[in-house]
Amino acid sequence: MSDRSHLIFTGKPFQFDAERDAEFEYLVKRYPSRESMILPALWLTQEQEGWVPGEAIAYIADRIGTFASQVYEAATFYTMYNLHPVGRNHICICRTLSCWLRGKQEIVDYLANEIGIRPGEISEDGQFSLEEVECLGHCGTAPVVQINGEFHENMDVEKLKQLLSGLR
Amino acid sequence: MEVRILSRKFDIADAHLLEVAKQHGAYATLDKVFAMPPADVTDEVKNSGLRGRGGAGFPAGLKWSFLPKGVDKPVYLTVNSDESEPATFKDRYILTRDPHLLIEGIIICCYAIGCHDCYIYIRGEYTTQRKALQFAIDEAYAAGYLGEKVAGHDFKLDVTVHRGAGAYVCGEETALLESIEGRKGQPRSKPPFPAVAGLYGCPTIINNVQTIASLPFILANGAAAYKAYGTEKSPGTHLFGISGHVEKPGMYELPLGLPLLEVIEKMAGGVWRGRKLKAVIPGGSSTPVLTPEEAATATLDYESMAAHKTMFGSGGIVVLDETVDVVELTKNLIDFYHHESCGQCTPCREGLGWMLKIVKQLLRGEGTIADIELLRELCDNIEMKTVCVLSAACTMPVRSYLDKFRSEFVAYATDRPKPEQA
Repeated sequence: MSDRSHLIFTGKPFQFDAERDAEFEYLVKRYPSRESMILPALWLTQEQEGWVPGEAIAYIADRIGTFASQVYEAATFYTMYNLHPVGRNHICICRTLSCWLRGKQEIVDYLANEIGIRPGEISEDGQFSLEEVECLGHCGTAPVVQINGEFHENMDVEKLKQLLSGLR
Repeated sequence: MEVRILSRKFDIADAHLLEVAKQHGAYATLDKVFAMPPADVTDEVKNSGLRGRGGAGFPAGLKWSFLPKGVDKPVYLTVNSDESEPATFKDRYILTRDPHLLIEGIIICCYAIGCHDCYIYIRGEYTTQRKALQFAIDEAYAAGYLGEKVAGHDFKLDVTVHRGAGAYVCGEETALLESIEGRKGQPRSKPPFPAVAGLYGCPTIINNVQTIASLPFILANGAAAYKAYGTEKSPGTHLFGISGHVEKPGMYELPLGLPLLEVIEKMAGGVWRGRKLKAVIPGGSSTPVLTPEEAATATLDYESMAAHKTMFGSGGIVVLDETVDVVELTKNLIDFYHHESCGQCTPCREGLGWMLKIVKQLLRGEGTIADIELLRELCDNIEMKTVCVLSAACTMPVRSYLDKFRSEFVAYATDRPKPEQA
């Protein structure tokens, strides 16, 4: 368990754009209960905004017809929902067993020393944010790094350097 | 050693595409299956001895037969693609390289159990894998393998992919159901078991991706052909993931029952960098560790692993070389399970955090022998005192490290750096 109880409000109203709106209406028909849309709606929010702003909680609850507390519960429980803005490039490094055995720490140390970001931080220019995550299911090609959802396997400092320079 | 049943199409270029998959036999069993009474399909799976490949190894056909008869409620199939147990990375190969094998298996299972709505629960981190799976599902709908009339037969089936969002506990089947229903992933008390009251309170079968993907072969070739592989009590093949300190880590499909060390040597190239073997984690991070001596007599099947007081688990083998600091490794594991505790049960939520504190204290050189005893005592007092087995998934391996590598813990408690060195 980690403390994820804090929401950030932007002061701006939130709503789905046309694409997400259509996706929501398509998905809601796939479930016999509208509350099943809580997780998918949070994903749609994050795809649209890059994170889940506080305003989205009440919006989703209204769209589904449930209590905001139900949406808040899911948003704060599931760690992949970003409750704060992340960098333009969000880097997730697996910290668990096989990646740990095969040198994930060298990569974390490199990012701390060269890019100046530690797990949980975002770089000053907003280019990069870093998160250490639990097993990403790529243990046979460890260590693995996931950047903006894309997996990069058999990672080492040299490869990461090249990757990051391509992203800048 | 390798056998290609599940992985038959893995190396074929573009086999994830329906067109190519069909050229290599995808969906070819369906006409045969739909000509059988559903109960016969279940019997064939029962006779094959196929055991659930998610980790628990429960016989798949038997699980299906627990569905109540004559209940006026829909029956659901949920496919567990949460694959989050550290060292487990097998199901994603099916999702990306042969997703139509999974869909064909889903059709077979749904026909057998009378299900018309299937949900695939995929872990949120599997971004590219989800896209590949959804693409295949869309193809299957367009070609008439899913939808109102499956492959032209009078059978409706819808398949929906539901994304998790970073909670290991959702691999536990009732937490998975809670998550589909829109709640936090906190496991339910059992009974009732999902077969009686599962998703939306309806009879529900939850099977792992690999279990479902094993069905097309069994139905095409018969239970006897499947049982020709593996051992009597552990028939068939399994996708084994070998990771950690080996020369060639990777995923290998093997019949069950092969000698563990021989597999590590022949398939994965043995311990890397010419180092010595320290230990083997046989089936995912929650399975108790084996010393080299124990590993030497273990074979990769459910019976042998039970005889060695560990578990077959998910087939995720981790090799540890002589340089591994077992106390550091224990910290890494407890950290994982503590982080993934859903917070519902006090022994797990608080106990795993307490264990983590003790191990960190030992690593800082501030622990005592009494702390090691306390750690052992905590394992005994947490285990099986919670709604689900997440806490046991932590305490069982931790106990094995404490018992089999006690001297390393003791060294941290006694060989302290002198104050001026610290």
